[in-house]
Amino acid sequence: MNHFELFDLPQQFTLDAADLQQRYRQLQQAMHPDRFASSGEREKLRAVQRTAQLNDAYQTLRKPLSRAEYILTLRGIDIRHEQQTISDPEFLMAQMEWRERLEEVAASNDLLADIGRAEKDLLEQTAALQSELEQLLEQPTDSANDAATEVVRKLKFMHKLRNELERLEEQAY
Amino acid sequence: MALLQIAEPGQSTAPHEHRLAAGIDLGTTNSLVASVRSGTAEVLNDAQQRPILPSVVHYGAEQTLTGHEALAITDSDTENTIVSVKRFIGRTVADVQKNFSNLPYHLSETDNGVPVFNTAGGQRNAVQVSADILRTLAARAEATLGGELTGVVITVPAYFDDAQRQSTKDAAQLAGLNVLRLLNEPTAAAVAYGLDSGREGLIAVYDLGGGTFDISLLRLDKGVFEVLATGGDSALGGDDFDQLIVHHLKQEFGFDDKVSAKIERQLINAARQAKETLTDSNRADIQIVINGQDYQLTLTRDQLNELIAPLVKRTLLSCKRALKDAEVTADEVIDVVLVGGSTRVPQVRSAVAEFFGKEPLTHIDPDQVVALGAAIQADILAGNKPDSDMLLLDVIPLSLGLETMGGLVEKIIPRNTTIPVAKAQEFTTFKDGQTAMMIHVLQGERELVDHCRSLARFNLLDIPPMAAGAAHIRVTFQVDADGLLSVSAMEKSSGVSASIQVKPSYGLGDTDIADMIQSSMSNAKEDMAARMLREQQVEADRVLEALSQALAADGELLEPSERTKLDDSMEALRIARAGTDKAAIEQAIETVDNASEEFAARRMNKSIRHALSGKSVDSI
Repeated sequence: MNHFELFDLPQQFTLDAADLQQRYRQLQQAMHPDRFASSGEREKLRAVQRTAQLNDAYQTLRKPLSRAEYILTLRGIDIRHEQQTISDPEFLMAQMEWRERLEEVAASNDLLADIGRAEKDLLEQTAALQSELEQLLEQPTDSANDAATEVVRKLKFMHKLRNELERLEEQAY
Repeated sequence: MALLQIAEPGQSTAPHEHRLAAGIDLGTTNSLVASVRSGTAEVLNDAQQRPILPSVVHYGAEQTLTGHEALAITDSDTENTIVSVKRFIGRTVADVQKNFSNLPYHLSETDNGVPVFNTAGGQRNAVQVSADILRTLAARAEATLGGELTGVVITVPAYFDDAQRQSTKDAAQLAGLNVLRLLNEPTAAAVAYGLDSGREGLIAVYDLGGGTFDISLLRLDKGVFEVLATGGDSALGGDDFDQLIVHHLKQEFGFDDKVSAKIERQLINAARQAKETLTDSNRADIQIVINGQDYQLTLTRDQLNELIAPLVKRTLLSCKRALKDAEVTADEVIDVVLVGGSTRVPQVRSAVAEFFGKEPLTHIDPDQVVALGAAIQADILAGNKPDSDMLLLDVIPLSLGLETMGGLVEKIIPRNTTIPVAKAQEFTTFKDGQTAMMIHVLQGERELVDHCRSLARFNLLDIPPMAAGAAHIRVTFQVDADGLLSVSAMEKSSGVSASIQVKPSYGLGDTDIADMIQSSMSNAKEDMAARMLREQQVEADRVLEALSQALAADGELLEPSERTKLDDSMEALRIARAGTDKAAIEQAIETVDNASEEFAARRMNKSIRHALSGKSVDSI
């Protein structure tokens, strides 16, 4: 059973987050280990494993980047462990600017405020890539899939930047 | 030793029978036990009608005392009276001494870094001391409820790491208790408040106890309590406030930092009393006689506020981070709940009110609310409320990671991931013919191994010899609903499951626990065998009862021939259960498990379909 089938949802990128959450809670009601607290050890272990799968499925579908990656995997394009880089020179230039900006933020006197500003810009750029992705994934052609894959690669870069910002923030605490 | 209720062989317990279950708040300073009686959760008092059991154990040459009796002699026999043992659970001596440099105990350490208290009553570690507290509470519950406990829910700080959780569970095992669940303290408090108010939405639980601080953000929706984020500090609490006052007193009285254990204890008691006085008054007069000399001082509330300000600020930073992790803002929070005795300090209350922009709720006794919530969950897990739709979804408080090249940590399960969770990671060999490999598991948020908590080192052995990079070892890390980690491994190309040898970085191994259980029994060998047989019989009863109920509900999912096979295996288990051969029972359970595998899978599919169809009816 794939993640979409588990939630009884159509296999598409567009998804109603509130509906997904509701389905998730209903499945939890049926599957959670607490529902098997007075069962035997084997049944308890199975409940833990099933719920771990449910949680994984939910987390995968909930976030746009992992959802897109997952859809591409179902279409036979697995880029989860690839090392391929991006060839778009404009995007690479923007990445270098981001790197410089992160260094500036790290040296900032007002770390939390600068992190907040950088995060806001990052979110805007990420949102633009996501809507591009949404359109591409609606088209079931090879060329659209390839283009979507390239956007996913870009989103992964953005995701890494986000992680680095979070790491900087961690140091502020 | 507390035991489980066991039905007559061959008969399952009647479905309407109320099973005795309790919630235990095993606190740094005080512990409580609560249970649901006639539909209401209530704290169970001792024979003198006192709800609280001070978390203090005295190990004298003659006898062991717990609670109030032990507390009464902390001043006179400080070295042999263990207070705040929760500080030591899953910790090394060095960990504890970071915050408490002047411990009055004769401490030593095992090879594995487990602190040992050398007392007049012998050597004890934190697991054993905690087990003594749990035993006292369980005995109180059984006396009050008039029967043996089926199981207990024990609360732990949300911010407890794997070692601290495992040690708490070990203590329960040592005390002979069946742990239905380790429940995070703020989640327990949310249950008590959420069910009380019936309000739905985002709530924040600020829990400042004697030795730990937790902040949890939960979303309440139709019986589901979903923890969005948790944060805190497992070594910050009211005891630290006391320490700051003690430090102040030493300066004012002209004492050295290092004083005798007895004087230290006197100062701590005076500090605690002053702190409590300052809850309702603006000034506290401190008066102590040390070595026959009178010492006097007045502490004002403003002075106290100034002393504790840095610690209060630290708690608010954790709140800020938790909000961020949960991707919510402070004004989305509909209710703020205060838990833990240290939230009585006025400065703490006003700081929390200011931070969240609303008056916090305190109408359920902050000392009792955790135990009450735990009792409610224990009642449900014991099976007394089959129709309840309450469900608690909790998270892992600290990221789990692996050591990679150069002493760096690679995160595999980030903090605030909903549990249970499983993540698989693949490893490969870097030498031809390599047959073993070591995996170092850490917990924490920092990048460097040295800054994270080392949980365990796993040795993967018996990897089939292959060329470098050819073996693919898939290691699965699983965190269960108690927040406890387990690891399994498999070589993919050959399908050989690599064996794993776990060496906890510190803490107790399985054999240590078995040894401790054995040594706590008077006639060790026979008792141990009897206990293991009884545990197996209880397990057999659980399997049979759960399966009987499942067959009654969904028997039609099986073909007659499948049903006959399953019935036969169950009958064989009933016969084995009536005997005294532990291995035979174990074997019969396995046969039943195998025979019911397919039935369990079909039932799960049915219940998933049912759960989701319920949804579409709702949404129409």
